[in-house]
Amino acid sequence: MINLIGFTGAVLCLLLGWQFPWSKTPLIMGLCYGLASLGVSIMMRAGQVSFGHALYAAIGAYTVAFMARAYPGMDGMLMLFFAVIVSAAAGALVGVFVVRYRGIFFGMLNLALSMVVYAMLGKMYDISGGTDGLRLDRPAMLGSVLERADFESALLLLVVLSAVFMVWLVQRYSKSAAGEALSGIKSNETRLEYLGMSARLIMWQAYVFSALLVGLSGGLFALVQGLVTPDIGAWFRSGEYVFIAVLGGSGHAMGAFLGAVVFEVVKLFAAAYMTGIWQMLLGLTLIFVIILAPDGIVGLLRKRRAVDAGEQA
Amino acid sequence: MNLDLVLLAVADGVSYAGLLFMVSLGLTLVFGVMGIVNVAHGALYAFGGYAASSLTLLAMPQNPPTAALLLILPLAALLVGVVLGTAIEAGLLRRIQGRDPIQQLLMTFAGFMVLEDVQRLVWGTQPYSAPEVISRLGTVSFFNVTYTSYQLILIPLMALVSYAGLMFFLRFTSAGRQVVAVTHHREMATALGINAKRVGWLTFVLGASLGALGGAMAAPTTSMVPGAGADMIVLSFAVVATAGMGQITGALLASLMIGLTRAAAVYMAPEWEVAVPYLIMVLVLLVRPDGLFSVAQARRI
Repeated sequence: MINLIGFTGAVLCLLLGWQFPWSKTPLIMGLCYGLASLGVSIMMRAGQVSFGHALYAAIGAYTVAFMARAYPGMDGMLMLFFAVIVSAAAGALVGVFVVRYRGIFFGMLNLALSMVVYAMLGKMYDISGGTDGLRLDRPAMLGSVLERADFESALLLLVVLSAVFMVWLVQRYSKSAAGEALSGIKSNETRLEYLGMSARLIMWQAYVFSALLVGLSGGLFALVQGLVTPDIGAWFRSGEYVFIAVLGGSGHAMGAFLGAVVFEVVKLFAAAYMTGIWQMLLGLTLIFVIILAPDGIVGLLRKRRAVDAGEQA
Repeated sequence: MNLDLVLLAVADGVSYAGLLFMVSLGLTLVFGVMGIVNVAHGALYAFGGYAASSLTLLAMPQNPPTAALLLILPLAALLVGVVLGTAIEAGLLRRIQGRDPIQQLLMTFAGFMVLEDVQRLVWGTQPYSAPEVISRLGTVSFFNVTYTSYQLILIPLMALVSYAGLMFFLRFTSAGRQVVAVTHHREMATALGINAKRVGWLTFVLGASLGALGGAMAAPTTSMVPGAGADMIVLSFAVVATAGMGQITGALLASLMIGLTRAAAVYMAPEWEVAVPYLIMVLVLLVRPDGLFSVAQARRI
């Protein structure tokens, strides 16, 4: 059922973008949010909420911007590749330290690191362009130079394909031994250690994976916007990723994207009818989700399916 | 760097640490007793500041004495603490009591988002400030440095009074000892006849008032703008985590450490100013994973 929703959604995104060209940018942005939230939701399986994952979006985005500036004419796909590699490497390095912490400290340490980088990006004018950020020209994609409309179509296709691939990959991962052990950290870490597994190693793997996903989304953000500012690494961005991941639920990889849809809809609705209080609407949504559906949209769908199965039996 | 600048930096740092400490004190108290990291604490800081400014502006046409103007600040904080503290505790937290701490944290995060917009609806986006008290209290001079007595004496004094008051409350009053008992073991305390629900409310309102007090005391020195609450909550988190969650005396030292280092950074390397508190926190947590003043806890299997 959830897989069906996923495929229908992917096809729908492409159809929408093809029929209504104006919808391409919001669709790409929404899917980027979904990709980043998917990264955050991996850590949530271990019961760990990071309030600083936007750090990796910033790393991915600035990698793209630096590449574009250092090597004009570099292919967009290659930039994206570097964005993923660099953010995964950063995740591997930072991960060594942060996987020692759990709960509030894990969240806060991530937040602190992202705040340091965010502050530095805004101040180091010579390197990062300060708060004005860095502009980058539209790069060639896979060797072909594209006009604006075609470039956006290509990006949309790329984002949809990466989303589908990543959902599949995360689902595979969560059913693997490492993935099952990861949720063991949430239920009982001590028992996991007694079974002979290193909780830190398992956390570290998950952390690198989550950094890679957020980095990819950051790189895509940079390409679609053509502008990278420190705001991409701000703490409220991290908060939005957490928000979406909670909304969707971490039980299935699709959750992040379902959450992103709700997030975008609430945002659009608020922008159209209630300007100025969209944050309040998001907050109220979150309160209702936590009280009524603590496992998110995915949890609701699963429960429904369980009830259906029960009736048939 | 000459002596005057050093003294000026110390004065800045102490004054800033005083504000930071009041906010962190509320945060760490609520965590210590209820095990909840209250993200909405930042909104309480902002509301405290706005309320104090509004009340001061309201009182100004009557030309009130200085003492009355000073009294407005804690009164505004208490008002905000009782009203909003009760709303958050009874409206949000009590509904998800005993659930995963992360969900409780997200709940207060949601509350913070709502309150941020409420604040924008009530006070708009233009800056609010009420600096009247500062000019009334005049300045103090030491060596070659002149500083406002409000910032150099009153704010640190207020911070120390809050600290001593809280310590006295927790150690020597019946209600305070009940709070400590609940912190120690909630079930046992309930079995002994302590109303844990009421203690929870009392703690939360007390913590909320301290957060608002930080804002109210800050109101005359800076102008309140949207986003002030968000900056403060992240910063006071850094203080509380550096000190060790729930450590009251630790928070005092951590505030001083972060306040002074930040002030030093302002004069020596201004571009590092914003990053310094977090760098301190990261460095401390790398060496002592539970904070500087944490106490060892038994592992539960």
